Amino acid sequence: FVLSPPPPKNLFLPMLCGVTAQMLEEGSTLLRRMEICVAEAEKRNGKNTVNMQETFTVYLVETRPMDAVAEGRNQAPDSLWRRYSEFELLRNYLLVTYPYIVVPPLPEKRAEFVWHKLSADNMDPDFVERRRVGLENFLLRVASHPVLSNDKILHHFLIEEHGWKEVVYETGFQAKADSRLRALSATFRVRNPDKRFMEMKHYSDELQSHTSQLLRARARVADRLYGVYKVHGNYGRVFSEWSAMEKEMGDGLQSAGHHMDAYAASIDDILEEEEHYADQLKEYLFYAEALRAVCRKHELTQFEFEMASQELVSKKQQHEELSTGIVRTFSFKGMTNKLFGQEAPEQREARLKLLEDLIAEGEEDVQEKTVECGEHVERAWVDMHRFKEQKDKDLREALINYAVMQISMCKKGIQMWSNAKECFLKM
Amino acid sequence: VGHLFCFREAGLTNGTPVETSSPASTSSLLNRLQLDDDLEADIRDPYAEAAETRDLFVTVDDPKKHVSTMETYITYRVSTKTSRVEFDLPEYCVRRRYQDFDWLRIKLEDSQPTHLIPPLPEKFVMKGVVDRFSEDFVETRMKALDKFLKRVADHPVLSFNPHLNTFLTTKDLNKRQGLALLSKVGESVKHVAGGYKLRARPAEFGAMGEYLDTFNQKLGTIDRIAQRILKEQSEYLTELREYGTVYSSWAGSEDELRRPLEGVGGCVTTCCGALEDLGDGMSQDILPVLREYVLYIESMKSVLRKRDQSQAEYEGRLEAAVLRKQEDRTPMPLEVEKCQDKVECFNADLKADWERWQSNKRHDFKQLLTGMADKNINHYEKCQAAWESLITLLQDKQTEDKTSETN
Repeated sequence: FVLSPPPPKNLFLPMLCGVTAQMLEEGSTLLRRMEICVAEAEKRNGKNTVNMQETFTVYLVETRPMDAVAEGRNQAPDSLWRRYSEFELLRNYLLVTYPYIVVPPLPEKRAEFVWHKLSADNMDPDFVERRRVGLENFLLRVASHPVLSNDKILHHFLIEEHGWKEVVYETGFQAKADSRLRALSATFRVRNPDKRFMEMKHYSDELQSHTSQLLRARARVADRLYGVYKVHGNYGRVFSEWSAMEKEMGDGLQSAGHHMDAYAASIDDILEEEEHYADQLKEYLFYAEALRAVCRKHELTQFEFEMASQELVSKKQQHEELSTGIVRTFSFKGMTNKLFGQEAPEQREARLKLLEDLIAEGEEDVQEKTVECGEHVERAWVDMHRFKEQKDKDLREALINYAVMQISMCKKGIQMWSNAKECFLKM
Repeated sequence: VGHLFCFREAGLTNGTPVETSSPASTSSLLNRLQLDDDLEADIRDPYAEAAETRDLFVTVDDPKKHVSTMETYITYRVSTKTSRVEFDLPEYCVRRRYQDFDWLRIKLEDSQPTHLIPPLPEKFVMKGVVDRFSEDFVETRMKALDKFLKRVADHPVLSFNPHLNTFLTTKDLNKRQGLALLSKVGESVKHVAGGYKLRARPAEFGAMGEYLDTFNQKLGTIDRIAQRILKEQSEYLTELREYGTVYSSWAGSEDELRRPLEGVGGCVTTCCGALEDLGDGMSQDILPVLREYVLYIESMKSVLRKRDQSQAEYEGRLEAAVLRKQEDRTPMPLEVEKCQDKVECFNADLKADWERWQSNKRHDFKQLLTGMADKNINHYEKCQAAWESLITLLQDKQTEDKTSETN
């Protein structure tokens, strides 16, 4: 018997789940029909679950039908307010409902990889702004995904402000969530997982490790660079003081001092821009985890298939032993039979009947699990491929943009020092 | 005779031309005025104009290590080109060590007490801390010695000093005699009787003193800032290196992204190299010059002190003489006149040197700061070039990929 379902050979053959390659290419997704953005953030006060006053931030989600935009109708967008926790709920729902999809991540819950000047406070306006951008990015990613974009709960999230939470809970998705313990157990005990998924899981570990290393190193570099620039501001002050006691040199020194001040101040904008790069890296840091989740789900479905198959084998074996009388493996029943003599034929018939029922159930179970595992493998493989292409494109662009940022920083530096040099020459 | 006294005090030997000495006689006063005119021209642009009229060129280069049983030391080649009649030959080439420069400086200080002698780089270095024979140290010291000699050679009075002549021309400098004696002695004992208190320092010299004190402070601050920047840059460099390696190691687990990641890692490494060069440039070219000016300030301050002493002595003697005159009607003693001459000499020389010093200072700092700006510009240019070539590389790859896809 076969322990694992056959892997799909060619990615572009029509799939079980109905998502064809063509659909992937065209992406007849929600985003094509609707313009979405997270326009603003506001502070609110309210009572939380334990009935205590708290301050929280809400984000304005605006939507507009694409044809209105295309026709140039200046239609006001529909809008509603959502909290971060509601975004989290949406994502959790998607994770459980589409375990074969690498679900786009949310912006971080708390500020991490912070270099000293950045605030780690969730209420800090810069943090809120970056979170707003991240939430918008999340919605755009989900709405442009060939599978996720069709989800009703997602549509509801975007259109109906009130009662959405209840609708989500009513789907009963929480009950479908895999228990952590079960998932962990599967990881350790699965015998024959798909090699490609294991490789992908290993890759997700690498991606996570490298992006987090990079984020940490970048934060340290930013810290140091900040120090270098700021110390130059001291030149500004001393040149100014010195210029007061000079005759011919005075003007040149004074102006040069101003340029040194400007140089020291320029680092603030430079590093703020770089935060955008850090955010792009963070998105993929979290994406790595989403990728791993898909691989783990495979381990789980494969494991459950293996368990079901094993269970079936064991039942069939029991049936065979009971009907033929030949004991192949140790069983308590066999022992007691030996010790106390065999049971009555009616009892035996009853047990045989029971086993036959269980075997029938077992076969159905195995069939179900085979389908579940196989479907997951096929759909996940499609999405992992889609994810890889997206990741390669996005990160490549991010790296190019980073290079552009560095060039801009160099140009600014050259400008400032050239200005200072001109002043020195006038001394 | 009285008028020649200052002349002889200055230690010039017989036969040396008079025009550039500074005695307080009428003719010499006229000479002085003439000298002032020349100096004014110098103030406008000392190096450009002096170059045209310059007839004495000196260079210090070519350091070599000498190992003997007793000691190891470095000598430098001192080359001279001149059209001056005081020199027998038009060109000279001798080898000198630091000790020899030190001897020259002491001799100049003793023989020209009313003039500001340029400073030498620090004599002593802590053996354990600094490697006296490292390329960087020797290079820095040599540049400072070169500057010292050039400043002396450009000085209208000092450049005619016979000790300079000896230094530039004699093969073997017979200086051992008296070296041990001279050290710091010449500075105070010879000319100042000591114990005289200054009554009224002329405002301009007071202002000079104040300027020097404040300037010293500012230089100290600038030196500290420059050092702090070096430290911060060094720490930045450490983190930047680590940062670059992360890109390279990530590249190892990617396929499509390998090239861009390696590219970024490479650029970061290039920037590290450029940063290292910047730091080296700062510590070799900028910091030593700052420190040297601190020494220059000290020299100037000591000359101011000597002038004060000289004036104090004169005032003291004058007062004593006036009292005695009132008592027994003796004429003004010669020594009082001598002192008056000395003070006037000193004041005039000092003012001229001060103007020269100010002008040099402006030029030197202009050069120093411009140099610093250039180093920073150069650093950024290197980095920018690296990142730009990466973008070209990546964008070429992109178009390359697109064309191969459509094909």
